[in-house]
Amino acid sequence: MNDVLLDIRDLRVTYTTEEGLVVAVDDLNLQLRRGETLGLVGETGAGKTTTALSIMQLVPSPPGRIETGEIFFDGEDLRRKRLEDIRNVRGNRISMIFQDPMTSLNPVLTVGFQIEEAIMLHQRLSQRQAGRKARDMLKLVGIPEGRAGDYPHEFSGGMRQRVGIAMALSCNPELLIADEPTTALDVTIQAQVLELMRRLRSEFGTSMLLITHDLGVVAEACDSVAIMYAGAAVETADTERLFTNPRHPYTRGLFGSIPSLDEDVPRLSPIKGIMPDPTELPTGCRFHPRCPAATGICAERTPVMVAVEEGHEVDCMIYEGLVPEARIGEKED
Amino acid sequence: MRTGSDNVVIAEIDEKQEGLDDTEAGLTSAVPAVTGSRPKRRRTQWAEVWRRLRRNWMAMFGLAIILVIVFTAIFADIIAPYDYREQNLLRVADPPSREHLLGTDDLGRDILSRIIHGARVSLQVGFVAVSISLIVGGTLGALAGYYGGHLDNVVMRFMDVLLAIPSILLAIAIVSAFGGGLGNVMIAVGIATIPVYARIVKASVISIKEQEFIEAARAIGATDLRIILKHILPNSMAPIIVQGTLGVAIAILSAAGLSFIGLGIEPPTPEWGAMLSSGRHLIRRAPHVATFPGIAIMITIFALNLLGDGLRDALDPRLKQ
Amino acid sequence: MQPNDTAAGGVKREEKQDPLLEVRNLKKFFNTKQGSLKAVNDISFSVRRGETLGIVGESGCGKSTAGRALLRLVEPTAGEVIFEGENITTFKRDRVRAFRRDAQIIFQDPFASLDPRLSISEIIGEPYEIFSLYSKAERFERVQNLMSLVGLSTKLTNSFPHELDGGRRQRVGVARALALDPKFVVCDEPVSALDVSIQAQILNLIQDLQDRLHLTYVFISHDLSVVRHLSDRVAVMYLGKIVEITTYHNIFTRPRHPYTQALLSAIPIPKVNAKRERLILEGDVPSPVNPPKGCIFSGRCPYVMDKCREAPPALISTEEEHYTACYLVHDQADPVAEE
Repeated sequence: MNDVLLDIRDLRVTYTTEEGLVVAVDDLNLQLRRGETLGLVGETGAGKTTTALSIMQLVPSPPGRIETGEIFFDGEDLRRKRLEDIRNVRGNRISMIFQDPMTSLNPVLTVGFQIEEAIMLHQRLSQRQAGRKARDMLKLVGIPEGRAGDYPHEFSGGMRQRVGIAMALSCNPELLIADEPTTALDVTIQAQVLELMRRLRSEFGTSMLLITHDLGVVAEACDSVAIMYAGAAVETADTERLFTNPRHPYTRGLFGSIPSLDEDVPRLSPIKGIMPDPTELPTGCRFHPRCPAATGICAERTPVMVAVEEGHEVDCMIYEGLVPEARIGEKED
Repeated sequence: MRTGSDNVVIAEIDEKQEGLDDTEAGLTSAVPAVTGSRPKRRRTQWAEVWRRLRRNWMAMFGLAIILVIVFTAIFADIIAPYDYREQNLLRVADPPSREHLLGTDDLGRDILSRIIHGARVSLQVGFVAVSISLIVGGTLGALAGYYGGHLDNVVMRFMDVLLAIPSILLAIAIVSAFGGGLGNVMIAVGIATIPVYARIVKASVISIKEQEFIEAARAIGATDLRIILKHILPNSMAPIIVQGTLGVAIAILSAAGLSFIGLGIEPPTPEWGAMLSSGRHLIRRAPHVATFPGIAIMITIFALNLLGDGLRDALDPRLKQ
Repeated sequence: MQPNDTAAGGVKREEKQDPLLEVRNLKKFFNTKQGSLKAVNDISFSVRRGETLGIVGESGCGKSTAGRALLRLVEPTAGEVIFEGENITTFKRDRVRAFRRDAQIIFQDPFASLDPRLSISEIIGEPYEIFSLYSKAERFERVQNLMSLVGLSTKLTNSFPHELDGGRRQRVGVARALALDPKFVVCDEPVSALDVSIQAQILNLIQDLQDRLHLTYVFISHDLSVVRHLSDRVAVMYLGKIVEITTYHNIFTRPRHPYTQALLSAIPIPKVNAKRERLILEGDVPSPVNPPKGCIFSGRCPYVMDKCREAPPALISTEEEHYTACYLVHDQADPVAEE
């Protein structure tokens, strides 16, 4: 039908806190094509998890509120759906993998039963068929089916994440949202889990939104990338373009901050300053207080997302021709 | 540093100065951007707690009542309309009137004056008893929590024995053995609640002890005593304060209970429990004699509990962003 | 079981390069309900004056315990730690306190390692109070100097930790560690709790301070890229043992131990088309309560041989500046190097 599976437009989500109104996501636009894996990259407070919760319509309210925007999933605006329709989407057509599956699994029920329950909630299967399927799913993620009767605490971190994946895939969702799925794992286990996710994705053809702070994971697992900073996407492109030619000063700063494994970099070039206070975001471009290329206009005017080339959009006034680019180059070399 | 890579070293020296400037400049430029526009928040944690507490009107209501009671207790001699000992056998158990706002008791004494003076006794019992159990129980709990092992075992088993005896029975036993009177009541009520504080302090100390800043203190050479006094205790105050506030209520109630059964404060000292007790046989004919001291006890306990609950919420670190 | 001759040989070579710290057969076991947990199981290495020795490994490999044992923040079960010629494991309480002035630690979690009740200046100045150093005015001045040294605005003097972000808190932790002017600092995952852009600031700070103050570091991390970036030499730990020690350069260009190779290949590199050979390990790390009898890696090693399951291979020099604990490498190694 439609090539775009998920289309987020002008999403704005806020939280009311003691300190004031926190704008967690502001004017976010994102598109995820069918069958594609989109990496959502950002640091703490960038609004990655809030975006995921907005898609699931699970933003805790109060204090959270989706103020404006549309979230089209397969052509339908999820925000306009009734609660029971949303429930039918959640866990069935869109499912989620969490950072620590220990918190999303019920500690007093066996993992087999929990997967079974998820299946029976959305599919017309007998308990027996559901049980069969749950064991098949476990086998698929590399857990012997004999362990279906075990409790979550009897699994190691990597195994638990496999259970989480089995559960998320058990209803054959169209969209899988993975929120930092490997952050809590050791690298060798992370490699196993990423490999597994790659295999299953090609097997099931599931589209995926992969939320992470690790550009390495993105390079390995994603087709396209959206870099988020302080609630908005600042650069989107397919992975290859973004990694070979990052354009936004923040993206460049991120690359300059990562120690390299295969090259000798005597000194990192970090981004100066700290993340802005979410209750008091800077005016104009949100990145301007930390930006090496910032000029007077950056504090006054909000940049507009422009396409620097087909499929590569940047939210920076350099590419609107309003700020000279030269200073970034200077800083980087 | 990396002596192996030659050109790298030179590049580093060149960049180093600039680099450090970079971080410093980054910070100074970020400071006005982030915090400069808002009033400076140089609050201690206690100021933070007070700010949260102030928003809780129930707790503030409780605090207001307690302040009124404390005020009354301090200035009892001035506030009380009559001498609390002054008997008037012509006006025994008179109902509330304009002269005696809360009426008179079985010996014709002014109940209002006696309640006002009773506040002194009750608060004294409450605070002193809690202080006793807090100091003894707290010290034992802190030692058991910090050192663990055999010391912990010995202390906590002893506490378990104390806990096995209902605290009011223990207090009764102590008072009957050593006699009544204000001092003994305070000690009895205090001893009876030692295990409660020992347990709370111990649990609190254990959770704080595991935190990295305790290890950090050891790493800079702090002695055990310093760690306990300077780092662990101030950080474990939250549950202790909450329990202490609620404990004052319990202690007042226990003391009133002891007096009620005639083991507590001796007459003519006006003690709310004893007053309640003395009004008990007049309950049908002159209910106000027992009712007003009862209400005084109730309001005090209620206010302390409101404040205690409010403090618990204000101190709960999970509510901190 | 430990090849004393080769260890001694290694030590002898390093003596010329002036070791600040030597660790010999260090062990730390913890008693648990399941049995003795061998967190650090017989490791030996030395740290040269002015260098950074990186220790890398996955969770539970004993790297943090090892770092703390070097400072006697945990009591070693066995072994020696020689700091400037003195065995600190035999020190009595007072000597240990004095030793704290020479050897310090930077902690992982900047949110847990600062006492929330103390102000920034109280935290940084606490070491002076503990050792009764300097007058009040001098202390104040020193704290101010330390704050600007680590890039903290002196406006933050009276702030409290909860008012600061992770990066600045970590700077406070660094300043406290440097207050007593130590020679040696253990950095225990100092950046793993921080965001990437802040992480880079702190790494640069740690690097600059080493140059300015001539510090010697043991830098512990689970992130091989970070360790490699900062270290002169890198030790790879697995299940309480060191499986390989070599230069920061060799660890990437010629890793010899199969575990190091697997670790390297598992790290996602932020580059597209980074063509690498994949070596994905099967299974999980075994329990340190009951480690495998022979080589600790034998259960997951793709190249396991019969003898690997019988006796553990020793960590021996297989080439210049390269020690490996693997029979496969020992067999290939030039026999001369083993002498």
